[in-house]
Amino acid sequence: MLQRKVTIKNPFRELAYYQSRVFVAFFIIIALMAGLLFWVANLQVFHYENYRTRSDANRIRVRPVAPTRGLIYDRNGVILAENRSVYSLELIPEQVDDIDETLSQLKELLQLDDDDIERFHKEKRYTRRERFKKIPIKQKLTEKQVALFAVNRFRFKGVSVEARLVRYYPYGSVLVHALGYVGRINDREKARIDAANYKATHHIGKVGLEKHYESILHGTIGSRVVEVDVHERVLRTLSEQTPQNGVDLHLSLDVELQLAAEKALAGRRGVIVALDPANGDVLALVSNPGYNPNLFVTGISSKDYNKLLKSQDRPLFNRALRGQYSPGSTIKPHMAWLGLTSGMITPSYTVEDPGFFMLPNDERRYRDWKKLGHGKRIGYKQAIAQSCDTFFYDLAVRLGIDRIHPSMSKFGFGQLTGIDMGEEVPGLMPSRDWKRGARRAPWYPGETVIIGIGQGYWTATPLQIANSAAVIANDGKRYQLRLVNSQEANGVKTFMAPQLAEQQIDIGDGQHFDLIKKAMKEVNHGLRGSAREAFRDAPYESAGKTGTVQLVGYSQDEEYDKTKVAQNLHDNALYIGYAPYEKPQIAVAIVLENAGGGGSNAAPVARKVMDFYLESKPQKNKEPNT
Amino acid sequence: MTSKVHTHKERQSLVWRLHLDLPLLAGLFALMGFGLMVLYSAGGESESLIYRQVTRLGIGLAVMFMMAQFPPRFYAKWAPFLYLIGLVLLIAVIFFGDKSKGAQRWLMLGGFRFQPSELMKLAVPLMVAWYFSERPLPARKRELFIAAVLVLVPTLLIAKQPDLGTALLISSSGLFAIYLSGVSWRIIAGFVVAAVIFMPIHWFFLIHEYQKDRVYVYLEGIMNQTELCKQPDAWQICQSQVAIGSGGFDGKGWLNGTQSQLEFLPERSTDFIFAVLGEEFGFTGVAILLSIYLFIIARGLYIGTQAQETFSRLLAGAIVLTFFVYLFVNIGMVTGLLPVVGLPLPLVSYGGTSMVTLLSGFGMLMSIYTHRKLVST
Repeated sequence: MLQRKVTIKNPFRELAYYQSRVFVAFFIIIALMAGLLFWVANLQVFHYENYRTRSDANRIRVRPVAPTRGLIYDRNGVILAENRSVYSLELIPEQVDDIDETLSQLKELLQLDDDDIERFHKEKRYTRRERFKKIPIKQKLTEKQVALFAVNRFRFKGVSVEARLVRYYPYGSVLVHALGYVGRINDREKARIDAANYKATHHIGKVGLEKHYESILHGTIGSRVVEVDVHERVLRTLSEQTPQNGVDLHLSLDVELQLAAEKALAGRRGVIVALDPANGDVLALVSNPGYNPNLFVTGISSKDYNKLLKSQDRPLFNRALRGQYSPGSTIKPHMAWLGLTSGMITPSYTVEDPGFFMLPNDERRYRDWKKLGHGKRIGYKQAIAQSCDTFFYDLAVRLGIDRIHPSMSKFGFGQLTGIDMGEEVPGLMPSRDWKRGARRAPWYPGETVIIGIGQGYWTATPLQIANSAAVIANDGKRYQLRLVNSQEANGVKTFMAPQLAEQQIDIGDGQHFDLIKKAMKEVNHGLRGSAREAFRDAPYESAGKTGTVQLVGYSQDEEYDKTKVAQNLHDNALYIGYAPYEKPQIAVAIVLENAGGGGSNAAPVARKVMDFYLESKPQKNKEPNT
Repeated sequence: MTSKVHTHKERQSLVWRLHLDLPLLAGLFALMGFGLMVLYSAGGESESLIYRQVTRLGIGLAVMFMMAQFPPRFYAKWAPFLYLIGLVLLIAVIFFGDKSKGAQRWLMLGGFRFQPSELMKLAVPLMVAWYFSERPLPARKRELFIAAVLVLVPTLLIAKQPDLGTALLISSSGLFAIYLSGVSWRIIAGFVVAAVIFMPIHWFFLIHEYQKDRVYVYLEGIMNQTELCKQPDAWQICQSQVAIGSGGFDGKGWLNGTQSQLEFLPERSTDFIFAVLGEEFGFTGVAILLSIYLFIIARGLYIGTQAQETFSRLLAGAIVLTFFVYLFVNIGMVTGLLPVVGLPLPLVSYGGTSMVTLLSGFGMLMSIYTHRKLVST
């Protein structure tokens, strides 16, 4: 009680109190500091690996580097498909404070469309993307736009102009059916391709050569390991694995010849195929009309695409590979050879041609194109030169379909030519078996009759027709067709040996072959040859065969009258041929849709093509192709 | 219990006559030197940044030197006035304060932006020490209550701004002074229990939503470290932990911290500078830093025990213990051990006002140590 009232200060007791509390406090401080140190050790020592990995994941990026797509050259080294820098305007949303403001300023500066802005918003909204990934605003900038942006770049943080290599076809529609084109990779293709190898690739071969050779044209992806900061700005490259660029393709095609052929067509619908008979190399491949492949590379507008799709002339259709035409009279030399070599006829065999042919016990008249007939004694040579139908009706019946089918197959009819483009169709070389299977009907003798003039069920692609001419020019040897004859990787050019087709005809001692070749020479140079007008005064000798194919059937007494038939049902004009007659360098097939007679329409086109190849630039092409 | 008697010779030395304490000074210089080195790296090797920081440290050291010249008696005399001025200014902040970043902490005084809470960091321990200095200790309950009110009023005013970090520091400094005055262990225990009971009330009624979010982030960080980084709120603390952890035992090397140099670490030259140190100097660097701090604290507590009057003793102890809270809360926050409270790493972080206040405190410590009278026992 007494002590409580003592109010004087006791310095010693106060110091003692103080010291004990300081001691406790210091002990707690030591303990807390030890705890802190342990916690830090927990991060830095015990979980070091984890944090090290996460810190590297922050700053290290592996950027895929797209390989450069292989180029495509013609036989003389002219570039047919190249890669051009295309500049696109891109934006990183994370780095832009006010996107709408930035876009409206860009729109004003670069004269962008509302469509561009709208597309950007769509892309931004609907695409799942990584942080800091660029979104394109405008794909193809003009040089002026690039320059304008460059001087104003400082105003646009997070916006950049990116250069990308994009496929460009300098010859546009002229070569589209020979080369095909590339386009943006779609979802279906995404599922099929090796995603890792295409990580930095935007385009893929869609049709033609570009598709067929996609695996070697594309190349192998490379990568660059870079260090980035928090704004994903690349500060330096840590390591790099350069991509393996795509292989360059060298075609056998001669682009000048292609242009000359295109010109010779003069805008008509049709096909020109020119081959080197000695090896199956394609020299020219024109399917007209074509379309501009460059539109497809950067994405064609649906308006333009619909226009192409709905066009009556079917520009998207590759007639050379997929057009199935009756070969018509162009197969007459082949049939004659078969007749001679099989012994069904002799060189001196003749028929009487009253202007029609009739089967025994049948009323039906199979008419010759010449109403009054070619004369009383028509042999094989006249029959070829003047394209006498009656002779070949008779011959076909004598041979029978069972002999015709296997032999014509060996000339390549009904067989794929093996051209390196995919998409090719085999056409149809009919047979008894085929008809039983496909039509569930027996073969009628009348069907054999019209096979004799290359009509009826018989269809062939222009490639096959051209190759059938090359087989004759090449004394029976048939090659697989091809556009690419060498590949170039890392500066080393590898020539590929031509491949013989699997089935070959047996020409025996070749005497019958010589006979029909002479007959084909008559077509071009004989007094009554069906193509004599076209080859008048030619500075070289050549061989050929015309064909005119009716697209509508006529009753017994009706006559074909051009003025009465719709234009798209007019006769197809065909021609096959090769030149020079000795040592042939070029074999051609011409198919002109609804153009009329083959001699007057198709043969002059062939003449122009041959003239150009043999006369205008003879030196260049005679060099050995090694 | 006797104070150490200083020899005549010691008292004659220049350092003593300048009222400086050499060991404390050495500790502070070691800390500042290390700090500047880290700051140079954290600031992207900016020389102007270092120049400004050195200028601030110079001003701080000058103020410290000045403060050391006044005897503790002087501080005791002015303590109540300082406290009252501080209180008035804090109230003024409520009415005339400058707002920035959602907080109202500043007063514009003659073109200067001034933060009254900085003044309170010193005024509160001064006031409590003064209050107890003339009274017999241990204090009675009524006196303890009054002391508690003296601490609580400015704390609440500052917490309202809101400035949780400073409020924490100020309440700690006052409570440490009370604790050191010799409060019985029973009352201390009671206080701890009361704090535990008060916590839920505090949680539900007093703190802001964003403050709660910080705590959530913190709790989740303790539970699941990798998940933490996926939340935008946690970006800062997560990157900080990655920086420290990836430093490993030896660190990535000065100027070579990828987290800091590539700007993954936010606020790397201010509040989060410890992460830069941890990344570039590793566990070794952290241990060195903590050793320097511990040395300064030990020396400060020693000075307290050598003080001759209650006022000086309580003031010294409170200043040193608050200094510890400062660094502990900062490091705890940067390493993810504690929730994010905006406190700089004392004498290392880039920034002005707090540095001057801190060095003023050390100036008072030096004053306390060097103004003792010779004592005979």
